[in-house]
Amino acid sequence: MKKIEAIIKPFKLEAVKDALTEIGITGMTVSEVKGYGRQKGHKEMYRGAEYNVDFNPKIKIELVLAADLVDKVVDAIRDAANTEKIGDGKIFVIPVEDVLRVRTGERGKEAI
Amino acid sequence: MNEKTKYRKYWGLAAFLAATAIAVPALAEEASVGDTVIHLAYSLDTFYFLMSGALVMWMAAGFSMLEAGLVRGKNTVEILTKNVALYSIACIMYMIVGYNIMYGGGPNGVIPGLSFFLGADHTVDEVLKSGGETYYSSLSDFFFQVVFVATAMSIVSGAVAERMKLWAFLTFAIVMTGFIYPVQGYWKWGGGFLDALGFLDFAGSGVVHLCGASAALAGVLLLGARKGKYVNGIIKAIPGANLPMATLGTFILWLGWFGFNGGSELKISTIDEANAVSMVFVNTNTAAAGGLVAALMLSRAWFGKADLTMALNGALAGLVAITAEPLTPTPLVATLVGAIGGLLVVAAIIYIDKAKIDDPVGAISVHGVCGIWGLLAVAFTNPEGSLIAQLTGIGVIFAWCFGTSLVVWFILKAVMGIRVSEEEELEGVDVAECGLAAYPEFTKE
Repeated sequence: MKKIEAIIKPFKLEAVKDALTEIGITGMTVSEVKGYGRQKGHKEMYRGAEYNVDFNPKIKIELVLAADLVDKVVDAIRDAANTEKIGDGKIFVIPVEDVLRVRTGERGKEAI
Repeated sequence: MNEKTKYRKYWGLAAFLAATAIAVPALAEEASVGDTVIHLAYSLDTFYFLMSGALVMWMAAGFSMLEAGLVRGKNTVEILTKNVALYSIACIMYMIVGYNIMYGGGPNGVIPGLSFFLGADHTVDEVLKSGGETYYSSLSDFFFQVVFVATAMSIVSGAVAERMKLWAFLTFAIVMTGFIYPVQGYWKWGGGFLDALGFLDFAGSGVVHLCGASAALAGVLLLGARKGKYVNGIIKAIPGANLPMATLGTFILWLGWFGFNGGSELKISTIDEANAVSMVFVNTNTAAAGGLVAALMLSRAWFGKADLTMALNGALAGLVAITAEPLTPTPLVATLVGAIGGLLVVAAIIYIDKAKIDDPVGAISVHGVCGIWGLLAVAFTNPEGSLIAQLTGIGVIFAWCFGTSLVVWFILKAVMGIRVSEEEELEGVDVAECGLAAYPEFTKE
């Protein structure tokens, strides 16, 4: 089992969710996060004075799935989230040891 | 606003008895029609006065929303507390002593008289005797005046926002609304020496707005800038938390201003007066519009972006500027007076910021700089205006309000301190002063 953590631009969330639903992904966890990478922050203007926004708002999507689905999902996320501009985000793939469904107590793949 | 005709009370009893004695019954019906007209005109003018006052009262809400929108989320509760408390303090202090200082007459036009509490209203007989000369209730006059004091004090709260101690501010409000404002108000609207000089200020570009801004400037100078505003010589922007609220506040002020300027015509019960009130409404509205458009365009040209907060300040700048004379200019000239106010306010905000005078909402620029501009414009828009008299009025009002405020702020600073601690400022004065957050469900910046 693998966990996929994708950091994307906020306005791409809808497109990514639709793409994942289309390939049969049934659940995910989403959070609003802030951060920067090569893109760095940006400047904004208020009453004639500039100020830096060091951390840009992003969306983090987390989902856990069977290892054989990873490539398909990663491709789907990339296709949907790509604007070919700096700041499009990153996708991390992380091994997962175990999963447990709270209601039934099922473990492993059954619990995903 | 001209000197009020009021308190012509006890002389009339003897005259009344004499008149009754010689009145022939045949004239009774004719007299009663005349009396009815006086009754109606008195009621209408009093009603107009009260409703105008209620509109101006609503400006307290406008200031609250504008200021709460332009400060950071962590300082919202405190600025709202200041606004509701200062309004209430102003009402009480003006009732106890302020109104009497301002309109109680005085020995020589400089030193006002001192008395306490409100007198009785006009009786029916007095009003009928005056033949309509006494044309509104004296309590309606008090109500209309008291909301102006609150406006002057509201100007101060925005400029010292986010760092001044709540109780030091409220203590200042007591002195400002009970003494500083009424004294200079007496000099002009109470029939004092500025009025005698020919200084013109229709609804208070000077008496209200410049007065409040001068007191604010004195406070800001002693208080210092917010932490993080000027770092190593660089001016940092501290964006306001809630621009929808600031926009709503501006519209509320705009609405309230129809009472502020329209009510200051003091009368609506004749065709001439009704036309004058209409002109005041039209000019007040169009000056605000001119100010907003001018400020919006200048901020776009200057900063490359259409800054909403500057546009909002532009509307208020136009309103403040037209307040000194909203009756004599044509609507086109009024628009220009407002537009110049809108340009001035943007430049003033930038240069006052460069001088490291930290005014989070731009109150000193809006009410001070544009108040002065409005008073000067009178010399060009009203044939009776005189530049010398206007300059004298500006100098006197500024010197009095700035000077006395500086002394009061200085005493407060020495006795109780006027600034919160650095830690309290960083944490936010909401929690430090009021013990609660405005938006508890959101994490703080």
